[in-house]
Amino acid sequence: MAEPGLLDSAFWPIVLMIAGGLVTYFWRALGVALSGRIDAGSPLFEWVACVAYAMLAGLIARMILLPNGPLAETASADRIAAAVIALAIFFLARRNVGLGVAAGAGALVLMTWGRAWLL
Amino acid sequence: MPDSSVTGAAAAAARGYGSQRQAALTGMRHSLGVPALVLGSSYVGFGSLIQGADLAVWHGLFSTFTGWALPGQIILVELYSLGASILVVSAAVAMTNARLLPMTVALMPFLRAPGTPRWRYYLFAHFIAVTGWAAAMRHCPQLPEPQRLPYFAGFAATLWAMCLGATALGFYLADLLPGYITLGLVFLNPIYFMLVFVADARHRARILALAVGAVCGPLLHLVSADWGLLLTGLLAGSLAFFADRLWSRDHG
Repeated sequence: MAEPGLLDSAFWPIVLMIAGGLVTYFWRALGVALSGRIDAGSPLFEWVACVAYAMLAGLIARMILLPNGPLAETASADRIAAAVIALAIFFLARRNVGLGVAAGAGALVLMTWGRAWLL
Repeated sequence: MPDSSVTGAAAAAARGYGSQRQAALTGMRHSLGVPALVLGSSYVGFGSLIQGADLAVWHGLFSTFTGWALPGQIILVELYSLGASILVVSAAVAMTNARLLPMTVALMPFLRAPGTPRWRYYLFAHFIAVTGWAAAMRHCPQLPEPQRLPYFAGFAATLWAMCLGATALGFYLADLLPGYITLGLVFLNPIYFMLVFVADARHRARILALAVGAVCGPLLHLVSADWGLLLTGLLAGSLAFFADRLWSRDHG
């Protein structure tokens, strides 16, 4: 149990961030340590890569559909529409990532602003 | 001319960017385009979140310095605002960032070179995050071994430095930016990651993993917010892996 003085102080977030930084670095360091034992041509390696891609896609989809933080206050339909717009512009603009991203984020801003203005 | 175009191309691939120094500079240059712009803008959003949570600018800088990986940083600030305990915060950040383990394992064979002191791998592992990882997975396999780690280090360390600057910028801009703009900046991040992987998708097993993962991620998050992401990786990743093997066996 941390004493209330610490919990209220400006150092409490730093304590949390140190803990967050340690668990984050732990995964990276463990990855370096384990990778020396896995042959890059082996099926095990390919499986680990598949797990990495699946976790990334799962996290991205979750951040769009079920976000934490301030995005949770935007409408799900707006976020989904904005993601579809980003994909459409990306392909229409000959796979230009920058344009796609700008269109998607811009669309969400406009839709959220529009809702606030209409209601 | 003893040199056919085929051996010429092979020789160019063997040279890569010419030297380790050039490889690092090329990585730096590659990061200073769309990646720095988009990730930098996302971190402007993070900086204004820090301000919104009544934290100080050095809290934001400390977070980006030590725990660079935006999804984990956002959840940390949110849980802090809710007054969560250190155990809850550590577990949530660990689960959000668990992807870094398979990502690192998958990337390391393309960063290793004989004669590199081991501490360098552990130092630069700190910079493994989605954007730099995707760039290194694309470019490093084609580079001569000695240039691989320098390319990644140049790319990722530059991006990290930009994100530190953007965190501070966002903190001081927070009062000027309307709430909608902050939302848009935070939303840049998942949209950018989504397009990076759509743009990059080539390998059949990995495309399958991305597709199944995108479906399972939100569904399993509803089942368990704590374990959803880990389960997504194991289930969707394994499904993609075995489906790809079966397909290869049946179709040669």
